Amino acid sequence: MSDPIHVASTERRELISFRVGQQEYCVNIMAVREIRGWSPATSLPQSPGYMRGVINLRGAVLPIMDLAARLGMPMVEPNVRSVIIVVQAGDRMVGLLVDAVSDILSITDDLVQPTPDVACDSVRSFVRGIISIEGRMISEVSLDRILPEREAMAA
Amino acid sequence: MRTILTVDDSRTMRDMLRMALAGAGFNVVEAVDGEHGLEVLSAHRPDVIITDINMPKLDGFGFIEAVRVDDDYRAIPILVLTTESDPSKKQRAREAGATGWIVKPFNPEKLVEAIRRVAA
Amino acid sequence: MDELEAIKVTFFQECEELLADLEGGLLAMQEGVGDIETVNAVFRAVHSIKGGAGAFGLEPLVRFAHVFETLLDAVRSGEVPNTVDLAAVMLRASDVLADHVSAARGLGDVDMAASAAMADELKAWTDPSAAPPPAAVAAETVDAPPPAPVAADPDALDDDDLGFDFQPMTISIDAQAADAELIPTNVWTVSIRPKSDLYRKANETALLLRELSRLGPIVATMDDSALPTLEFLDAEAAYVTWSVRVETDDGEEAIREVFEFVDGDCELDIVRGEAPVEAALANLLSAIEPPAPQAAVQAAPEPVAEPAPVASAPEPVAEAPPPVVAAAPAAVAAAPAAAAPAKVTQADVPGPGQSVIRVDPERIDRLIDLVGELVINQAMLAQRVGEYGIAPSSNLAMGLDELEQLTREIQDSVMAIRAQPVKSVFQRMPRLVREVANMTGKQARLVMDGENTEVDKTVIERLSDPITHMLRNAIDHGLESPEERRAAGKNPEGVVRLAALHRSGRIVIEVQDDGKGINRERVFSIAVKKGLISPDVQLTDEEIDNLIFLPGFSTADKISDVSGRGVGMDVVKRSVQALGGRISITSRPGLGSTFTLSLPLTLAVLDGMVVDVAGETLVVPLAAIVESLRPKAEEVRPLGPVGSVLAVRDSFVPLIDVGLALGYRNTSPSPTEGVVLLVEGEDGSRAALVADAIHGQRQVVIKSLEQNYQQVEGVAAATILGDGRVALILDVDAVINLRRRESPRPTEPSLIAAE
Repeated sequence: MSDPIHVASTERRELISFRVGQQEYCVNIMAVREIRGWSPATSLPQSPGYMRGVINLRGAVLPIMDLAARLGMPMVEPNVRSVIIVVQAGDRMVGLLVDAVSDILSITDDLVQPTPDVACDSVRSFVRGIISIEGRMISEVSLDRILPEREAMAA
Repeated sequence: MRTILTVDDSRTMRDMLRMALAGAGFNVVEAVDGEHGLEVLSAHRPDVIITDINMPKLDGFGFIEAVRVDDDYRAIPILVLTTESDPSKKQRAREAGATGWIVKPFNPEKLVEAIRRVAA
Repeated sequence: MDELEAIKVTFFQECEELLADLEGGLLAMQEGVGDIETVNAVFRAVHSIKGGAGAFGLEPLVRFAHVFETLLDAVRSGEVPNTVDLAAVMLRASDVLADHVSAARGLGDVDMAASAAMADELKAWTDPSAAPPPAAVAAETVDAPPPAPVAADPDALDDDDLGFDFQPMTISIDAQAADAELIPTNVWTVSIRPKSDLYRKANETALLLRELSRLGPIVATMDDSALPTLEFLDAEAAYVTWSVRVETDDGEEAIREVFEFVDGDCELDIVRGEAPVEAALANLLSAIEPPAPQAAVQAAPEPVAEPAPVASAPEPVAEAPPPVVAAAPAAVAAAPAAAAPAKVTQADVPGPGQSVIRVDPERIDRLIDLVGELVINQAMLAQRVGEYGIAPSSNLAMGLDELEQLTREIQDSVMAIRAQPVKSVFQRMPRLVREVANMTGKQARLVMDGENTEVDKTVIERLSDPITHMLRNAIDHGLESPEERRAAGKNPEGVVRLAALHRSGRIVIEVQDDGKGINRERVFSIAVKKGLISPDVQLTDEEIDNLIFLPGFSTADKISDVSGRGVGMDVVKRSVQALGGRISITSRPGLGSTFTLSLPLTLAVLDGMVVDVAGETLVVPLAAIVESLRPKAEEVRPLGPVGSVLAVRDSFVPLIDVGLALGYRNTSPSPTEGVVLLVEGEDGSRAALVADAIHGQRQVVIKSLEQNYQQVEGVAAATILGDGRVALILDVDAVINLRRRESPRPTEPSLIAAE
């Protein structure tokens, strides 16, 4: 289904796609550590609104980020179908709260289109590119940007 | 595989010896002083012993003497490690029954060569 | 070279231990309680440092250690008397040695001028007249009191010591040289007649022949019969003579080197060519009967030994004197060897027979984490079972109790793995005391207690700074000058006592001096002058003493670079509190002061008070809590537009609603509906934290928020409670500061609350 001459572009990657509101997003499956159901998080004071708080992930404290809020969309109260996708972002692990996991995609890079300029700031920062597949539009989340910069708080 | 017993109170020196000896394909057992050396000796039956001189509890001279008076061990070659070039010290080690000596700092080749010279 | 680097790390670790042993031994010598074994141990420490340094080519360290070792060797042999003065000099030398070690490690520089001066001072002890080079003298002192000819050249000795050269070999070749041109230059004949000593030392002729064969093709002849292969040689057959024809281009030196280890234990003749040897061999052989080795064993030694010195012409000159003196050093060495078992070591260094396993600390940290999980899981299980209303006498409940017991024991055992004696910190302190005393012109003696008290490694690493500060303070501010002390009828030398002990699940560090005590009037007036307290407050003596922990307080008339190095005791207090610890001072005028520092035994768990705030569960570190109380309406007084204070006995403490401070809620309920935790912040200021409810005390496992997220203001860390949920641990100081930033700075009522 693609030009076999460009070896680099035909290398297949697997992505996990999921729903955030009415939109579809995805992350590289290599970054996904686990997918788990929603459990109430302990809220963090003095934190941005998209930080849902922290949960206990087998003894580690895992921050939960509301991906919809992070992308500038309205927050939706999590329900039984909400899931947390635990991803590795740099040296940190973070749980992404999304509405539902859709499926696993196997794509080649030539299916990825650059993020259109029209998008708002948060989308431009957090979306690596847009994948068009079977008539769907799936945005690939850039994990290295999605966590806020670690900063030492002034005491 | 030949077993070498190293007796030295300095961890650094034991590690250096282990690195050189293991690298040359020897099995290495260690002791931290002469007393310990005698204990280890009975458990491991080394082919060659390398011992330091200045050690707490039982020094190298005493250790060598103790090995040499034991019928079971007296045939084991003993190399003395020494930084002292003073011939009298070396001579004392020899009087005690040392087979040969290695002058610190040693390089692995010298060490292995010294073992080769005394090991059957 | 990874392995070598790893050994280098080991070396520096070992250096730390050796330097500590060195210092400990020298201190004992200075106290006049150093016996011969102390001197030996001190010698070995320097000797081992030098040995390792040599292996890594750390030249300046080796050179200084060499001079030091030389002096110690002389002390060991009794040539230089072991005096208190000498010990003092050597203590300073040990500091320089420590500097060299640090420099070799890449941590800091050595004052080379000071080092050279120190080296000269050390040399002067072994050799006041400086006639023969000191190094040579000392090298000789142990074994050969009359200077032997060997070490005439100090440079040669030094090189020897650093390098690998063996003793000089004088090559004596007889008249055969005359025939040299007639025969092939690469053919040598080696005649060997072993003495019984050769075998006694586990050398073997067969091995010598094997070594010779490495130089080139050999033909070995035993007696007049041929020895076709080495395998058939009977190694035990002493008192036979071999003649070996060697064909080698390596020269005589190489051949002689083969016999290096048996030098003196066999008669050796090396000649170029073949012809003359036949005669020489025949000569040698005439002394012995042909191959009857078994019979010869008993009889041979005497006759053979006699002609030895004559026959073994090549024996190096340097070898001659040693046999004469060898007996004496043997006796010397026997004494310390015998005395050794009596030595009482304080060190926890495992002795022989005790094996040590070296484990990557990360593995232990992981284990501690896992055990933390186990504790939490066990608590969760217990809570669930409790919720089902199972009778405490049921098997299930009893089984759970046992599980809890086991879990605690596992936790204690695992924590014990990471526990270490505070010794590693303590042993750095004598030097500090010496230096500070020198700098301030005080005379101070450090007495240490409880060095073997164990505490978690994570705590140990952070003890050093506060102890350093307290000691500096004790000497700089606590102790009087020798003159003042004399005038006060005290010993001019002040005593500073550093002690560690366990007290109710915490480690307590005490630093006590016998100085003048705190000048309360001055402290009070300084605090007033600096605006830290109002002049009309009534403070108890203890409250005044503890004013020195206030930020910005310094009692020194001039800013001393010794005490605190520009930072005050407030910094110490803050760092201590950051560890969940407390620090206080008590003082008696004219008699001295005592700093008391208490810390949790580990930083992995924390004693906390579990509270509810705006629907969230929070843990407040117990160390910060002074008391908890339910305020009565009349004790709550509004202050300003929004603030209110709580009357606690005679003082007023600002009320802080934790939910409001953390942003959990926008309006605070009335404090009378909740519970108040009276807390003390890092600067000694107090606050009344309002929570909705208290669940009680609990030990919690500390979890990092930063690992996956980042620091959060007002939160010290996180933990996992029995229900499996994350609870945040409150950063009390940050909460007090949050409030301060949001509201205008209040007056100083908080200070008055000190009790």
